[in-house]
Amino acid sequence: MTVLDTGDKRPGIGTDAVETGRAGLPDPRAASLTRRTLPRQVPWAIAGGGVLLTIVFKLTLDNWALAVFLGGLVFILTLSAVSWRFEDSRRARDRFATSLITTTFVLAVLPLISLLGYTIQRGADKLTPYFLSHSMRGVGARDDTGGVYHAIIGTLEQVGLAALIAVPIGLLTAIYLVEYGRGRLAKTVTFFVDVMTGLPSIVAGLFIYAFWIMMLGFEASGFAGSLALMILMLPTVVRSAEEMLKLVPNELREASLALGIPKWRTVLKVVLPTAFGGIVTGVMLSIARVIGETAPLLLLVGLTQSINTDPFSGWQSALPLYVFDQNHAGNQFAEERAWAAALTLIVIVMILNLAARLIARWKAPKAG
Amino acid sequence: MSTTTPTAPADPERKAPAAKRTKVRPGDRIFSGAARGAGISLLAIMAAIAIFLVVKATDALSKNQGSFLTDQGWDPNAAKPAFGVVTLVFGTVVSATIAMLIAVPVAVGVALFITHYAPRRIAQTLGYIVDLLAAVPSVVYGLWGYIFLAPKLLGLHSWLSDYLGWIPLFDKEQAGVTARTLFTVGIVLAIMILPIIAAVTREVFLQVPRAHEEAALALGATRWEMIRMAVLPYGKPGMISASMLGLGRAVGETIAVAMVLSPSFDVSIHILDPGNNTIAANIANQFGESGEIGRGALIASGLVLFIMTLLVNGAARVVINRRKAFSGANS
Repeated sequence: MTVLDTGDKRPGIGTDAVETGRAGLPDPRAASLTRRTLPRQVPWAIAGGGVLLTIVFKLTLDNWALAVFLGGLVFILTLSAVSWRFEDSRRARDRFATSLITTTFVLAVLPLISLLGYTIQRGADKLTPYFLSHSMRGVGARDDTGGVYHAIIGTLEQVGLAALIAVPIGLLTAIYLVEYGRGRLAKTVTFFVDVMTGLPSIVAGLFIYAFWIMMLGFEASGFAGSLALMILMLPTVVRSAEEMLKLVPNELREASLALGIPKWRTVLKVVLPTAFGGIVTGVMLSIARVIGETAPLLLLVGLTQSINTDPFSGWQSALPLYVFDQNHAGNQFAEERAWAAALTLIVIVMILNLAARLIARWKAPKAG
Repeated sequence: MSTTTPTAPADPERKAPAAKRTKVRPGDRIFSGAARGAGISLLAIMAAIAIFLVVKATDALSKNQGSFLTDQGWDPNAAKPAFGVVTLVFGTVVSATIAMLIAVPVAVGVALFITHYAPRRIAQTLGYIVDLLAAVPSVVYGLWGYIFLAPKLLGLHSWLSDYLGWIPLFDKEQAGVTARTLFTVGIVLAIMILPIIAAVTREVFLQVPRAHEEAALALGATRWEMIRMAVLPYGKPGMISASMLGLGRAVGETIAVAMVLSPSFDVSIHILDPGNNTIAANIANQFGESGEIGRGALIASGLVLFIMTLLVNGAARVVINRRKAFSGANS
């Protein structure tokens, strides 16, 4: 294996090594190791200077993004220039890349921290037991009351129903692809799972609208929303389950088959339990992905301000829809409710994600 | 183990009847049939999506008095319905392009930092955080972009138009007080797809064989040279497919765009002015107020979006397959 790998890579590395060899001959390089390396503290000192400058910029310009950008720019340029002057050009390039990538990371994290921080700051006050246990029924534009209970019920039912349909179909498809799939049909299915992954959520919503509401003549309801969510979940479930089933060692299957156990029982009793943890993780991640979908629900579930526990008849609400609707309402209290609901949504997604990771870690040794 | 070895010699003789018996087993037939059926149902869903969109779109298109491909207006609910998709396609392409130009290099930088620069101890945590951020719902990005980010970007808008205004793209015609522009939309989309691209790219970079990296370092390469020679070539197919995943999200993003953008129906090259629109956002905005033909028209625009994402996906797959042959990645 390793011999093959190095054989594959040799041309690439070989040519590059020749190039760099020309730039710095063996002798100067050896010398640079002993003489011309910057002391360890210098990059850190320059980085510290950059941070100080950032704070100065922040105080004068009052804009974090711009301050970090300028501070990072100074850091990158100074470090590269110092390295260029006291070390060789290759090292300068390396320093340039290191400082650039580090600054990029800090710059990229900035808006994401801002997003989370701002949501928590705006939403935390409002996120009370009262908010979680009341609906919006009869809440006027000037009332600081109302809550998100009906939306949570809607979201849980819609996503639950979607999972109920998508998981068996997705799991069976994955089993087909891994255990049975040969030839053209399996290739076609694989290809269309990929295509489905890129399906915009609004298109899934339009399809269910055209099929379920326009053609079959049903009313808008929670279930129509779950059908669209099901389509969006399906490829994620198939993909993750497929990866997990592939991880199950073939020896297990062969041992079971050698004992005379039929293939379907082998799959159900040996393969699936082995991959169980990974599959659960995949399902939870796919739920976390669709729980925040707004676009299809906007077309399909209607929008109501009161509690409706029946997903099959009557309009429902949903958490993401609630955020959108409250933001649209455009008064101060509605905006606060929108932030609190957004925070609720983030918290639910985070819990799902963390639970998925914990299950993955807890079940990991068996899956390997 | 010990019990299977003694029976092994008998196996060849038993194999033929056993094979016959497995074919007859009803459980096997039912189970494999169900699995195959699930796979086929997935294909059926995709086919149904295409068919239903086409059928409903042609209904509305046949009533269209304008030209669907070149008209700039969107008035399908009038007595003489006339609507065209060119503004929407333009807005979708431009906003997605801005998002990709910002997000892809930054995301690759983030993935490189986490996999190759960050101290080992915090790298794992950073990876988890990026994964979590990738799951933040888009409606939250929309809310944040509309209420928090857009006002903050006003300064950048006027700076760009002051210093780069000679480029038509950055020419600001309206002395606007709002930053709910296509440019802001591009930035919000970039921030939204950044964690997604970074999360996938990080996983690809983690799969680079250590032998390649160590070989490069052993030859005296600096860390950056090692990344350029060993990590980036190996990770290229993965980076492309991650970018395409992000592009798909950016093109199809509905709610964040609908919340941030202040739309109009003329193609305007001035991305710092409010105006333009995207396909998905237009569907979200117009759907509630549309009648039968209006909704059909929106479905027609959805079909265009569907075709666009199909093309993007297909192109990505071709590129990845071609690269795969050379780099030996994903094997």
